[in-house]
Amino acid sequence: MNRSTSSEPSRRLLLASATAFFFVGTALARARTLGGALPWEPGTATPPIPVRPGPWLFFTADEAALVEAAVDRLIPPDNRGPGGKDAGCAVYIDRQLAGPYGRSEGLYTRPPFMPGAATQGYQMPDAPAARYRNGLRALADYIKSNFAGKSFRDLGPDDQDKVLKGLESGSIALKDVKSAEFFALLLANTQEGFFADPIYGGNRDMASWKLIGFPGARYDYRDWVDRHNEAYPLPPVSIMGRSDWTVRE
Amino acid sequence: MARKLPAKDVVIIGLGWTGSILAYELAKSGLNVVAIERGPWRDTATDFPPAYAQDELRYAVRLDLFLRPDQQTMTFRNNASQTAMPIRSFSGFLPGNGVGGAGVHWNGQTWRFLPTDFNIRSHLEERYGKEALPADMTIQDWPVSYDELEPYYDRFEKLCGTSGKAGNIRGQKQAGGNPFEGWRSSEYPTPPLKQGLGATLFAEAARKTGHSPFPQPASNLSEAYVNPLGVKLGQCTYCGFCERFGCGNYAKSSPQTCVLPALMRFPNFSARTESEVTKINLDSTGKRATGVTYVDSTGKRATGVTYVDTSGEEWEQPADIVLMCAFSFFNVQLMLLSGIGKPYDPQTGQGVVGRNYAYQTTSSVSLILKDKILNPFIATGAHGMIIDDYNGDNFDHTGLGFFGGGYMGFGQTGARPIQTRPVPKGTPKWGAEWKKATAETYQRACSLATHGSSYSYKDCYLDLDPTYKDRLGRPLLRMTFDFHDNELKMSAFLTERLAEIAKAMDPVEITASPRKGPYDSTIYQTTHNTGGTVMGADPATSVGRRSRDQRAQSLLPELGRAQCLCARRRVGVPAKSRLQPDRHGGRAGVLDRRRHS
Repeated sequence: MNRSTSSEPSRRLLLASATAFFFVGTALARARTLGGALPWEPGTATPPIPVRPGPWLFFTADEAALVEAAVDRLIPPDNRGPGGKDAGCAVYIDRQLAGPYGRSEGLYTRPPFMPGAATQGYQMPDAPAARYRNGLRALADYIKSNFAGKSFRDLGPDDQDKVLKGLESGSIALKDVKSAEFFALLLANTQEGFFADPIYGGNRDMASWKLIGFPGARYDYRDWVDRHNEAYPLPPVSIMGRSDWTVRE
Repeated sequence: MARKLPAKDVVIIGLGWTGSILAYELAKSGLNVVAIERGPWRDTATDFPPAYAQDELRYAVRLDLFLRPDQQTMTFRNNASQTAMPIRSFSGFLPGNGVGGAGVHWNGQTWRFLPTDFNIRSHLEERYGKEALPADMTIQDWPVSYDELEPYYDRFEKLCGTSGKAGNIRGQKQAGGNPFEGWRSSEYPTPPLKQGLGATLFAEAARKTGHSPFPQPASNLSEAYVNPLGVKLGQCTYCGFCERFGCGNYAKSSPQTCVLPALMRFPNFSARTESEVTKINLDSTGKRATGVTYVDSTGKRATGVTYVDTSGEEWEQPADIVLMCAFSFFNVQLMLLSGIGKPYDPQTGQGVVGRNYAYQTTSSVSLILKDKILNPFIATGAHGMIIDDYNGDNFDHTGLGFFGGGYMGFGQTGARPIQTRPVPKGTPKWGAEWKKATAETYQRACSLATHGSSYSYKDCYLDLDPTYKDRLGRPLLRMTFDFHDNELKMSAFLTERLAEIAKAMDPVEITASPRKGPYDSTIYQTTHNTGGTVMGADPATSVGRRSRDQRAQSLLPELGRAQCLCARRRVGVPAKSRLQPDRHGGRAGVLDRRRHS
């Protein structure tokens, strides 16, 4: 048995990871009439499907390089632990954009699309995948023209931070893209990936949970509720367990 | 053309708390009952087992258990001068979906209304004078009193196995309980949950400052419990994945853990899932409901959301009694779409369906403590220590410039790190400094909250949107809502009181955030969306009346035997009338004090 190092991701898993994280149950749902007893049949649960390493599913190589460099500035590596790149934040975003999240699946996407007040929420037709494609292209163009033909990954950390701050404040204008909105999306997704269960491709080896002291999917603290001011002693655990639980060959 | 099914005695729209409790009582009495539910069947083993229930991204961020806006959503505007826009993804409030409804993902906070909430208008006018309430405030009394409802509160708590400490048993004050609560016929079915450090520190500070803290009544069970239906619930493990999540431990009270195992055994009950009621059918005179039409979601599965109109199978389910047990919004929408009752007109104040939409006014005080290990991830949806000193009319409002109030206290329900990562003021949102601050603050920070009232006003209402349609081509419901000065002043006052207590917890940093307008539908505040189907004594201002005995005078004689009533969560079923008021709308959606997230 070797769960964590299976060599070849199967075709089924790859397909599944690209398409069907959260909507497995509802996609197959159909009307049912139930009565007489609680309905239950084996094999009908919908566990999450782990992200597998492998090629980018959504990003092009250049896009991926930009995103990996950016997430490593949003969450820099330091003596407390890995940064966004090594934690897998770009992998997380890539898999999310290739899946239902990237397509705004399940959201209300009917026209007409009209600008609304801030209190009314996002009103544009673009789903996250399109927002990334357009945002990353516009950002790459901006850097090319303002930093002597370079790309984001070639900039020094200070220049990278300067660009990110300019996007955050909206002081850098991107062509056809609202820079502050794009930055907010990138930051939110990066932090999601960093703090989500490692099963989704980020938070590798539970790096963020170790950073803050979150025990993860433990699910039972009855013995610890009233032990006040004592640090909880057990290390974090993911939905898939821990790598040191895995029997290696 | 809808295919007609054999008639039933009762058809129930929506199988959540209300639907399942009513279904149980009616099936037990021998009637043939069918419940029609928009979403899927849900149970612990397949939808949120302990193997993966603790998945913050899936359940809390991507909202796996909630209503999907492509199936149904609504439009929103702050006032009539704006154009309402569709809520394209839910974030400000989160309607449930599927069997169990919001009972699957709720926190489990299990409050009763204060006795004065039942006759709020006459109570306030009596105490503060006829002219005291703002002219456009449209709260009204319920036609039912606390004393009459007490036995049903008691039944509901016993159904749930609610954990808590009574403060008033038949008029006798009880040490350690809520001194402001209405009388109770008995102690809570299970003892209070254990409290963590944060709640304990809050309780000490509240006592020190002259308040009366008590454990929040929680339907996250402190110990295993068998309810009167014979269903066994487990003990809460303080896992910290409660609200927005289903409970993998069978320890949070829900239709799944309290009612369905008993209900599903009745041969005269059946549930139809993935089937959305589109219309309540009326007979040719329009005076009596004859059943409901619903659309089989097979159409959706086969062809996607734009296909349902042409290929979704349509069924007609005749029934003698039609019970609307959907979420507040969707009961209103169904009535408007079915042509039942007179739609509310904010210009004239005439009409009742959609009248008095109201919400809840929440706020927070966040703290960073010194040298403390709070273990904030050890939590339940409804544990915590609370004070009721500033709730309802528990304090004198003379000269304060507002009415209403709320409960407040320490009720942190987990510190799941995608959504809960406190940092000191002035910390950047990313980068090295952010990372350091995040790591150093997580264990020392906590948040206190106020859960305040939201009274109803002439210009806050629900109607049908003129532009946006759902997947079946029906108009979306349109919400017109904003906070009024009364609520913002109330929030400022409560938040200030809470901050005073917080200071006694000796924090190194304190941030008080009273609610500010305008209402923002993108920031999660609460899912206590209330009103729209108001209950009251006067048919000119109320959709629902007290019981079918009065139906001759009711605005809804059309439903005939079928009092269309949407009892909602947390109230037992009066065995005689079998009918329940819509608590939200109830007193004009006065509230919320509906205090359960």
